Amino acid sequence: MTASNGAQNNAKSMSIIVTKGTLDWAYPPFILATTAAAMDVKVSMFFTFYGLPLLKKKLDLQISPLGKPDMAMPMMGMHMKMPNVVAMLPGVNAAATTMMKNLIKKKGVASIEELREVAVEAEIELIACQMTMDLFEYEKSDMIDGIKLGGAATYMENALKSDINLFI
Amino acid sequence: MADKLLDAKGLNCPLPILKAKKAINEVSPGGTLEVLATDPGAVADFQAFCRQTGNELVEHSVADGVYRFLIKRAA
Repeated sequence: MTASNGAQNNAKSMSIIVTKGTLDWAYPPFILATTAAAMDVKVSMFFTFYGLPLLKKKLDLQISPLGKPDMAMPMMGMHMKMPNVVAMLPGVNAAATTMMKNLIKKKGVASIEELREVAVEAEIELIACQMTMDLFEYEKSDMIDGIKLGGAATYMENALKSDINLFI
Repeated sequence: MADKLLDAKGLNCPLPILKAKKAINEVSPGGTLEVLATDPGAVADFQAFCRQTGNELVEHSVADGVYRFLIKRAA
């Protein structure tokens, strides 16, 4: 999978602003970005606020059922939703994360690590928001190799020439 | 017989497409790739993938829950 391949026979492009870094919210941007690249679309991802840690060398993604009345997990033949009063208890996030990761594995869904690797291989442009780096005290050395740093103007320049712009 | 076979059984969206993209690039232009998948969403997705990339979906079929796609790489 190469980006040069895309540049030759398809001039389409897409930018995605990635603002959330939980295990569940990491999926849409990475699935769409890697699939678009596979379909010869030139992709640029801009990681900002809580999406920024998705560029860290070592990922430790978590999920929280707190405040998620839409999060119904298959359990014992039905779909279970967790009341907030339970979701706030210590250990619930860890348990929900383990459960989600088991489901992901069982259903043959790619891990975020796997999708990110494809993104890097496909030469998707990965841009870390410089302001968020400063705000949350990250160094470029905390992040995977090959990323770029940029700000709102960098994103806007990309977005203005892209066919599709998504905010996730 | 296809030039290359990709077994994507048990994999879920978007892995069959991502792996097919990689595999088709390893086939010479005009060559063929056979993909096996169990994801029911793969049918619509491989059609869309081929329309968009210019690779030809020569045929697709299903037997015993396994979807089979024959893709001819754009020359």
